[in-house]
This record gives sequence, structure tokens and C-alpha cells, in this order.
Amino acid sequence: MTYLADVGALARKDLLLELRARDTLPAMLLFVVSTLVVFHFVLPQDSSDLAATGLLWVALLFTALLGLSRSFAAEREQGVIDGLVLAPSDRSAIWLGKALSILAFLALAELIALPAYALFFQPVDGALVGGIALADVGIAAVGTLLAAMATASRARELLLPLLFLPLAIPIVIGGVGASVTDEPGRYLGLLGLYDALFAIICWASFEYVVTE
Amino acid sequence: MIRAIALEKRYGEKRILRGVELDVGARDFLLVTGPNGSGKTTLLRLCAGLAAPTRGDFEVAVERARIGYLAHEPLVYRELTALENLDLYGRLYRVPERRERIGMLLERFGLWDARHARAGSYSRGMLQRLALCRTLLHDPDLLILDEPYSGLDDEGTSLLDRELTERAPEAAFVVATHEPERLMRFASARLALA
Repeated sequence: MTYLADVGALARKDLLLELRARDTLPAMLLFVVSTLVVFHFVLPQDSSDLAATGLLWVALLFTALLGLSRSFAAEREQGVIDGLVLAPSDRSAIWLGKALSILAFLALAELIALPAYALFFQPVDGALVGGIALADVGIAAVGTLLAAMATASRARELLLPLLFLPLAIPIVIGGVGASVTDEPGRYLGLLGLYDALFAIICWASFEYVVTE
Repeated sequence: MIRAIALEKRYGEKRILRGVELDVGARDFLLVTGPNGSGKTTLLRLCAGLAAPTRGDFEVAVERARIGYLAHEPLVYRELTALENLDLYGRLYRVPERRERIGMLLERFGLWDARHARAGSYSRGMLQRLALCRTLLHDPDLLILDEPYSGLDDEGTSLLDRELTERAPEAAFVVATHEPERLMRFASARLALA
């Protein structure tokens, strides 16, 4: 229970910081909507629905990357990560709290992105929403760990996409697969497996990322 | 509490510390002095558990929960108020009677009236006072202080002096400073880094 209380306190802190600073979520919302608008004009009139689905995933992935690149900004700029690392709570609670806040930002961005996608391209179905929900969990889990790693580096803006995009390939395969096939179960299963596997790996390895 | 034999710390090819010997007991007050770049902050980070030595025997026999670390940075979120920052740390450190303890520290360091102001609006001296509140919040057994007087005005200096006078007999201290004369009366040992 204490662990969950720590996670709750840390996640709540991130949401409060965003509410006050408003430097991540508005950027994500603007980026995802403007990307979809651009894609709407980029795609030829007679292009297939499959192409539109692919572009939605591109937009979502890069929106997530934008959010992830800002996720440890407060901790980095103000050195607060040392304070959190020194606290006696389990260090994985820092990862979980941050991952939950990123998950909330992604969900909020998609609340705007999916109606925009439906408006510009095609209706949204349950398999697409399910795929995105599962993909968000994987993105938040892996992205939080990699963002913490990149934060410690001077080349953090370069490092995060280089680390994140290769690891996001299974998410894209599962997400796109679930969105375009008639039987999405197999792809949703892949996403669920990815989430479970990488969540455990990231949870267990976060301590080594934030300490020497 | 802290024991180091032939302690060495390198970052890549750069050697920061070499051959440091330490023995800090439960009530000792170690003053760490030296010019800029001599490794004072690195030594303090090692003691706090924020860095690992490259070579040598090094042991800090204190639980993480019992260490208070005052860094160069205040380690607080600028977008949160003093109260919110201390409440977050109080939760993570499981401070008993958290609200009372936070209130007492804010009063003591003259920040009570500014408790609802965001830390980002604080002056350098107020931030240092807030950082001291954060450091003392969980009543640590080992206090690691990096330039504790930095940014403090006369009133802040007096408050810190009072705090050190009260706590010195009850806790261990490792303090890095450029002004050793100010702290000599508390010191039981001195380590001069070159």
C-alpha cells in the first residue's frame, strides 16, 4: 500500500506540474492535430483507408515522442531527480508514477486526435481504440525508462528517438495490425504481451538508470 | 557512520578524488574544504549514495531514509508551492505527523507566510531556506550539506546557525564549505581536498 501511495503522490505531482506549467500537453495536442491536418492534404483523394490508418499511427507515435522528450524536464532542470532518488521509497515508484502521468497525457491527446482522425479520414472502430489503449501502455512503460536514460545525457534530444523508435517497432506492428485486420485478437495479444514484458523489464531496471 | 579508505573517484579519464580517508562517527562534524574543482561536491554525492566510488573501500552505514542532503540546487519543483514540495517529500520519507512537522519547519525558517507561493517565485535565499526545510524534514541522523550558507541573508544565517547548534550534538554532519571559519566551532574533524 505504501508503494502505491508513493506512486500516487508522484503521478499526482506530475499532473499538477502540467496543470501549472502547461508545457507538454498543449504541445502534444497541437502537434497531433496539425499532423493529421497535414496528412489529410498529403494523401491523394483516392488513397486507401489502410494508408490513413498507417498515418494515424505515425502521428500518435511522434506525439508520444514529443511528450516523452519533456517528461523529465522538471527533474532535469531543477536537479530534483537527486531528491527523488534519495528518498527511501522504492525507486521504481518514480518510473511508475511518471509512466502513469505520461499515459494520462497520451490518453488526453488521443481524445482530441481520434475525433480529428474520424473527421478527416474514416470512422474509428473498437479494434483501433483497443490497439491504441494497449500501445499507450507500452509507449509509457518503455518511453519513461528511455526518457530517464536520455535525461542523463547531453545529447538527450538525439538519444531519445534513437533509443525509442526501434523499441516501438513491435508496438507499431501490433497497433497497425489490430487496426487493419478483420481478426485483431492476435495483434492485441501481441501488444498485451509486449506491455507485460517491457513493463516488468522497465520496472526492474529503472533503479540502475537513475543511480550510478 | 561513514568510512573510506583510499577512496578514488573518476569520471572517464578525469580523476576527481584520490586517496581520500574518512571516518565519521555518529556525532561527528566533518568539515570538507578545498578550492573549486577539488571534489567536495563529488565526495558529498558519494556520501549521500548518489554516486559510486571508482576504487577504494567505502561504507556508509546509514539507511537512505536517515540521510538529509542539501545540494547546490534546492531539489524542489519550481511550479509547486513550498507546502506542496515539502508535502511530496514528507510522503516519500513517511514523515510522521507530516503537516505539523512541515508547518513547524516553515515557521522556523521564516517561510510560513510564503507557503502558498510557488518555489519558482522565491528569491535565492528563500529557496535555500526551503531546501534546508526539505533536508531537515525527516529529522535525519546524517546531514550532508553542500555550502549551506549559500544565498542566505543575515537572518537566514542566524537561523541556520541555531539549527546547527541544536542538531550538532544529535547527528553526524559532513559539510562542504568555502567559509570554514564560520563552521569551525561545530567541527570535530576537517578534510582539506587539494
